[in-house]
Amino acid sequence: MINYIVFGLLGLGLLFAVIRFVKGPQLSDRVVSLDTFNMIVIGLIVLIALVYNNNLYLDIAIVYSILAFLETIVFARYLEGRHGNH
Amino acid sequence: MAIISQIFLLLGAVFYLLGGLGILRMPDTFDRIQAGTKATTLGAFSILLGVGFAQPGWLLKIVLIIIFIAISNPIGSSVIAKATYKSYEKPTNLKRDDIKELFGGEINE
Amino acid sequence: MKHIATFLVLFVIYGLLTNFVIDELLIGALVSLVLTIFIAKYTNYSIDYKLPIRLAVFLFAYLPVFFGQLVLANLDVAKRVLSPKIPLNPGFIKVKTDLKGDFAKLTLANSITLTPGTLSVDIDGDYLYIHTIDVKENDPAKFRQQFTQLFEKILGVVFND
Repeated sequence: MINYIVFGLLGLGLLFAVIRFVKGPQLSDRVVSLDTFNMIVIGLIVLIALVYNNNLYLDIAIVYSILAFLETIVFARYLEGRHGNH
Repeated sequence: MAIISQIFLLLGAVFYLLGGLGILRMPDTFDRIQAGTKATTLGAFSILLGVGFAQPGWLLKIVLIIIFIAISNPIGSSVIAKATYKSYEKPTNLKRDDIKELFGGEINE
Repeated sequence: MKHIATFLVLFVIYGLLTNFVIDELLIGALVSLVLTIFIAKYTNYSIDYKLPIRLAVFLFAYLPVFFGQLVLANLDVAKRVLSPKIPLNPGFIKVKTDLKGDFAKLTLANSITLTPGTLSVDIDGDYLYIHTIDVKENDPAKFRQQFTQLFEKILGVVFND
């Protein structure tokens, strides 16, 4: 029962992040919402590990968090370079 | 043990929801970064601890993920904030702006 | 000393990520050895005899304060997000820090990002640039006491001599 509530709340959080991603007036808002989206997905992966009782999903969560960090840094670099030097 | 785990999971989900709501409702980018980072960091910690209480054998890996998130998430948001400050117009309702002197006139107008 | 400590940290992280099979541990030792040589060559840090004290202060003074501030920050975010009209009073401020060393400054910046109403934007030399959601009193002399003093005291014990 509690699993349904938790997954539902996380889904709502994802929905809000996606709405901001679609609406976001500036590119930077989209990068921020992507960051939040990634963090919520990490939580989802860890929850799936608990539900399926499988250790391997934790490794996926580690790799996903590393990739999410790199993604954030790369997008921020791109953002900085686009307007920064002229 | 199961009760504690479920309380942590529920709290984590609520914080994640607040993070999403903060991203949606806050009026400018910097406030969105603040709300998003804080809420998702504690949400992630809480859900990870909840899973750790349910499966104590996984605790080592979970602590590793927690350490990594605690280091990487604030760095990521700082980098986004700096890039945003450099590349877009400032919010109009600022009470004070000390960073202007750091970047001088070399950004935007 | 420095090499041995770095090697041990890398090897333990590798061990946590894999199962304890003898082949994998051998490969892990090899990878850790190569990484240790590169890390020790290209980055600048030192490990001394005061490490246990620093570790104890970090674990028993820094972490409780940090988690307390994190929970407070989230309650603050919840309060702002759930109120019908969001109360905002933003500004960018500059605070001087006494901490030496990149890692100490990084830890301070991360801690400040996760405390109520603040977000560190940049570090330039000894100055931290912070975005705050609520500029209470517009007086540069009080910023330091208001935002960074709590963590600076603890981190000063952990990282400085």
